[in-house]
Amino acid sequence: MTRISRRGVLQAGAAFATAGLVPTRFAIGQTAKVRVGLMLPYSGTYAALGEAITSGLKMAVNARGGKLGGREVEYILLDDESNPGKGPENASKLIAGDKVDFLVGTVHSGVAMGMAKVAVDTGAMLIIPNAGVGAATGPLCAPNIFRTSFSNWQPAYPMGKVAWDRGMRNVVTISWKYGAGEEQLGGFEEGFTQQGGKIVKRIMLPFPNEEFQANLTEIASLKPDGVFAFFAGSGALKFVKDYAAAGLKSIPLMGTGFLTDGVLAAQGAAAEGVLTTLHYADALDTPENRKFRAEFKAFSGKEADVYAVQGYDGGQLLAIGMDAVKGDTAAGSRAALIAAMEAAEIKSPRGAFTLSKAHNPVQDIYLRQVKNGQEIVLGVAHKALADPAKGCKSA
Amino acid sequence: MDIWFFLIQVLNGLQYGLLLFLVASGLTLIFGIMGIINLAHGSFYMLGAYLTFWLLQSVDSLLLAIVLALPISAAVGYLIEALLVRVLYRRDHLDQVLLTYGLILIFNEAQRMLWGGDVHGIKVPAALDWSIPLTDTLSYPVYRMAISAVCAALAVGMYLVIQRTRFGMWIRAGASNRDMVAALGINVNLLFGAVFALGAVLAALSGAIAAPISSIGPGMGDTVLIICFVVVVIGGVGSIKGAFLGALLIGLADTFGKVLAPDFASFSVYAVMAAVLLVKPRGLFA
Repeated sequence: MTRISRRGVLQAGAAFATAGLVPTRFAIGQTAKVRVGLMLPYSGTYAALGEAITSGLKMAVNARGGKLGGREVEYILLDDESNPGKGPENASKLIAGDKVDFLVGTVHSGVAMGMAKVAVDTGAMLIIPNAGVGAATGPLCAPNIFRTSFSNWQPAYPMGKVAWDRGMRNVVTISWKYGAGEEQLGGFEEGFTQQGGKIVKRIMLPFPNEEFQANLTEIASLKPDGVFAFFAGSGALKFVKDYAAAGLKSIPLMGTGFLTDGVLAAQGAAAEGVLTTLHYADALDTPENRKFRAEFKAFSGKEADVYAVQGYDGGQLLAIGMDAVKGDTAAGSRAALIAAMEAAEIKSPRGAFTLSKAHNPVQDIYLRQVKNGQEIVLGVAHKALADPAKGCKSA
Repeated sequence: MDIWFFLIQVLNGLQYGLLLFLVASGLTLIFGIMGIINLAHGSFYMLGAYLTFWLLQSVDSLLLAIVLALPISAAVGYLIEALLVRVLYRRDHLDQVLLTYGLILIFNEAQRMLWGGDVHGIKVPAALDWSIPLTDTLSYPVYRMAISAVCAALAVGMYLVIQRTRFGMWIRAGASNRDMVAALGINVNLLFGAVFALGAVLAALSGAIAAPISSIGPGMGDTVLIICFVVVVIGGVGSIKGAFLGALLIGLADTFGKVLAPDFASFSVYAVMAAVLLVKPRGLFA
């Protein structure tokens, strides 16, 4: 993928601003392009995720001849830098300045919250292809906000029953002290205590501190039946390695898929036996997933991951909505567009899913385990799980 | 808290502190002797880790990869001093901050272009990849102990070089009166270049030996940088001895902060810093 600098985006935006009004539908003799604003991390820690989402979305659109509802698509890329401080400003720039028809983003929950607030205020169509922050399909839920990924609660909750069924009664939970960490631990703890399990201790580390030794010693002295952890990226890589090196392997380690996805090879033998739940697994053995993975590899040159799937499904959701209104993005068709997207059944590589009233996927959560260095799918931990959408008035 | 648990946590704290010392020593050296605030110090930490990761794809031994990474880091450090930093010795600290902050951005972008945005890990060498059982559930990784030994040995070595050798004498003299040292026929430019390169090597070495127990990823140098400044400020700017004690203090504060007051864990090291500065405004050994 070519990298778009912020300056490039600004210049492009300025060029459009000076070019005067952009027709939203049919100009004489030609059809205006659909403007899709991709506000994603193209630099920093999450750059690889932003690129996977972008490739996935473009691949879904390309599979439909590069068109949405019969109209050519123009992408406006903007690096959100995973900086929550700039979230609302950047989202407003794309909506008001670049006049995008759809806003897609992002990875970081803090930035996504800013985007959701702007979407609520302006009524712009927003598709969230990753950020799991509960509020986006909770208190902030709105007819124009959709999510094709997951809520933080969603992949974590089913692990509670898995842990109980495997005989665990006392579990320690550990994560960083920030939104996603608290929501994911909360999901697991809800599922586990509902069965009768006891949370011996919840350990929250300052984000993004990766010095785990003190807390691993603490876990060893607590001697729980199991440990549930939420970490992602470099923190996940280091936590799993340190956990094994500290001799804690006799205590089963669980987490959501983010604990091993993307870092499994680097974790090596330390990840052996780690149990995770997620709405996707690379190893998912279905014709849809195999086909998707092969096509994604050919399209982007990289192995597909959960982020690519979420981007791809974002593209599919756009296509379903735009097909229903035959590419008409004017205000008069808005209700029909939203209705079509709400009713969509997405044929995702993760398995088909529908959307809840709060616009979050109602999806199967898979139980996976690392065996011989490979992620194996053990089965479905929870069939068609819907996020409770706490605080959402329209759900 | 039983006594074993306490002792193991002390061990955790000291081990973390010794590693912090190694990173911070280079920073305090450059700061104290050359008067340069080197914000790019964390970038050298990152450089050391990435070079080790990269070299390990062509060589088999971690030791060899580290040994090869050091001269490269030294060369990068020397070039940066000779081409950029040297211009700013007689300028305001703010100019130096601007330059070295710019270097952070350049290093981070170069890292992205050369090695991409993925997170990497490297294996602990087989000879050290085992653990000493301490309790029935907990054991201590030998590699971490080896790191501590290396850091402690380097601390002694550094002390001896600076206090007992001619090179050390030049360094100390250059720090207190640059013009006089030059007048006595010592090539100060070369000397300062060497010190800057040495600082870079110390940071790179820390990144390299910590690489098997850390995540090698974008921005890894930035987090290290902040804690290094805390260590240097506590120890007293320019004092190797101070950096040593400061690092151990921070290692222990961080460890016990997480266990005893988890809700204030992100605050514990800064509380220690504030307390030290209240009693000794210029740090422990300034």
